[in-house]
Amino acid sequence: MFDSLSDRFDAIFTRLRGRGRLSDDDVDEVLREIRVALLEADVNLTVVREFVRRIKEQCVGADLSQSLSPAQQVIKIVHQELQNILGGDTLRITYASHPPTVVLLAGLQGSGKTTTAAKLAKWFRQQGRHPLLVGADLQRPAAVEQLRILGQQASVSVFSENTDPVAVAAAALAEARRVGRDVLIVDTAGRLSIDADLMEEVRQISGAVSPHYTFLVIDAMTGQDAVQTAQAFHSTLALDGVILTKLDGDARGGAALSVKEVVGKPIAFASVGEKLEDFDVFHPDRMASRILGMGDVMTLIEKAEQVYDADVAADTANKLMEGRLTFEDFLEQMQALKKMGPLQNIIGMLPGVPKELKNVQIEDSEVARIEAIIRSMTPAEREDPSVINGSRRTRIATGSGVSSSEVNNLLKQFKEMQKMMKGFGGKAMVRKAKGNKKKKGGRVTARATGA
Amino acid sequence: MEVLLVLIVLAVVLLVGSVGAISIGRRRARRAPYLEPPARRPAEAPRPSAQPVAEPAPAVVAPEARYTTEPAEPVPDAEPAVIEPRPRFRDRLGKARSQFAGYVGSVLSRSAIDAETWDELEEALILADVGVGTTTEILDGLRARVKSDGIKTPQELVVALKADLIGALSDADRSLHVEPGATNVWLFVGVNGVGKTTTIGKVGQRFSEEGRPVTMAAADTFRAAAAEQLELWSRRVGADLVRGSEGGDPGAVVFDAVQRAKAKGSTLVLADTAGRLHTKVNLMEELKKVRRVAEREPGKVTEVLLVIDATTGQNGLVQAKEFGEAVAVTGVVLTKLDGTAKGGIALAIERELGVPIKLVGLGETAHDLVDFEPHEFIDALFEA
Repeated sequence: MFDSLSDRFDAIFTRLRGRGRLSDDDVDEVLREIRVALLEADVNLTVVREFVRRIKEQCVGADLSQSLSPAQQVIKIVHQELQNILGGDTLRITYASHPPTVVLLAGLQGSGKTTTAAKLAKWFRQQGRHPLLVGADLQRPAAVEQLRILGQQASVSVFSENTDPVAVAAAALAEARRVGRDVLIVDTAGRLSIDADLMEEVRQISGAVSPHYTFLVIDAMTGQDAVQTAQAFHSTLALDGVILTKLDGDARGGAALSVKEVVGKPIAFASVGEKLEDFDVFHPDRMASRILGMGDVMTLIEKAEQVYDADVAADTANKLMEGRLTFEDFLEQMQALKKMGPLQNIIGMLPGVPKELKNVQIEDSEVARIEAIIRSMTPAEREDPSVINGSRRTRIATGSGVSSSEVNNLLKQFKEMQKMMKGFGGKAMVRKAKGNKKKKGGRVTARATGA
Repeated sequence: MEVLLVLIVLAVVLLVGSVGAISIGRRRARRAPYLEPPARRPAEAPRPSAQPVAEPAPAVVAPEARYTTEPAEPVPDAEPAVIEPRPRFRDRLGKARSQFAGYVGSVLSRSAIDAETWDELEEALILADVGVGTTTEILDGLRARVKSDGIKTPQELVVALKADLIGALSDADRSLHVEPGATNVWLFVGVNGVGKTTTIGKVGQRFSEEGRPVTMAAADTFRAAAAEQLELWSRRVGADLVRGSEGGDPGAVVFDAVQRAKAKGSTLVLADTAGRLHTKVNLMEELKKVRRVAEREPGKVTEVLLVIDATTGQNGLVQAKEFGEAVAVTGVVLTKLDGTAKGGIALAIERELGVPIKLVGLGETAHDLVDFEPHEFIDALFEA
């Protein structure tokens, strides 16, 4: 939906091509684009203004690098600055000398506190700790029930009582000491930052358990309001960090930047999926690329690693490049790609993909049709499509509910692809041979397993 | 690492290429046939797991009653109902509007319309999450009016902006449709944590107070305890509830709810769905299926309401677009507008995608869910 910042820059700089130096007007125009890009990523306006001011200072004072075009240079400065803000200091959890280490979660309604509490508990368990979850959200119907179920999934026990949230938190702390749990995670009810009574309540909960870490849970889709919310919670609770949720969507997550800038506390964790294990410490560098709408190769690779087996991947890649691709392999690739999410998103994450490809609309039903055709082939036909004659084609067409000309089209296209891949593979190998003298096979496998 | 990347690129190229080859001359109408059958399943065999829980069924909720969630809300529920039948935007937006109104006040205090005036208006709109694109459009329109109408003072300018904003919102159909004679299904969809279940509870309360009891379908079978949450609501408002097993088929739940509503003579089914990010292909497919199932006789989907959190930023536009394409959204419910967020994204959604805002959540109680009134909303936003 949004043009990425690099696309916009390209447009500006195509006009400026050939100039060695940027005039003030040029810089201003570029800065305007940066401003719009940041605003579209939901970075708060006041934060954007300050940010753009800093970029301007650097752009004006910067030495023009010989190797980078002005566009690349500006992007580099912006990227660097974003990273600086987002990742000044990464949060390291230090455990209390007198356990339990108490973690308090607070935030607006629906930001994902309860789910985050369970994910955090699971994370602590993976660190070899023994957490206890506390259900202090007595407000939302069935919130404690939800925490109980999630706690069960994470194999962490849940403590709650039908009293009031402050008493529950205090009792939980005593309970944790009694049964010897070393981490206490307190889930609180969602509250608006302007609700004085509820803010007072959460302050009292905080007072009752004196948390070592107080995290504000923020939805990655939050807009301009993130700043006000964060400020209000910070002034009530003295936050230690922020947990960003729902980062698996396509929101740019500019709220992360706003909050970091305003509160000055790091983004400690990010939640990137619905499963309990989709949760980890936060990577500021990736967030910078994401806010700018640039390719997110690291995330892509991580996603790929989840669905591809490294050895198999190396094997398939070799096969592809040698043009020995079969329909069986193709089917596998399609399945793996499907698991990685919508094709459009994957393409979006690839850096340097031409616009034409980015704008291709692929209907899921069309992909399904191809799958149906391939599945209607016998293993022998998938292995060697050249055996497919007229009657086999008719059978395949009937089996998959398409016309035989469509089967034909796929076969033809597939042959073309094989040829193209061979071309690709040839080039890639030549390049590799030039780049380093190591033997090809060994290197590829080593990289793949190491990735 | 490299290998994976190459592999992905190649696979993408392959796929794009072959889809291109295949799709030429194909019409969407002829979908791959095997996608359909799952939708038929509930018709053949209503799943035994889906059990109506109209009468109190204490065993389901809390086997171990160390806590209960009931006492927290009923008390405030009852109170405002008596004193104040319908909260006004102005009262509830009170705390939130200061920033926007501050900008407007600053504009009004100027002696003439200058570049800074425009900057301030722009900032006000952007800070309200209206978005850069929509803000630019609004202000361009306003600039044209300034020229053509000869607007000179900031006062006239603010009046014109207000009129523009109200004008942009006024001709939409905001009524909630209930077709007499049919078993109506209202589907509530949206991303995670926007307040779908709570909204259903509040809508249910509204109907039961009008003496038109509804059937609630707990088709959020994914989130832990979502059905319990809706069950507590259904008891509070005296609605019939149909729920399935956790992790069960949401389509089956909706199907059963429609059957049960028909049998009991209830005309409206409020169907809760699991929150899902619009980027998850499988989940969006599941939602399409739920809608298809809901359309089966005697069910008729008369509203598909996209619930959007007022704090949502520019991603709301993408959400509305994706959900709209998947299940043909008929209206927006804007929740949590009583906080500091201004929900400007709903303005952008209505402008860009033509999906009207129908309901607005102004507070925690059931009476705080009110019909959207553009006039009142914009007025409240502007008043200092």
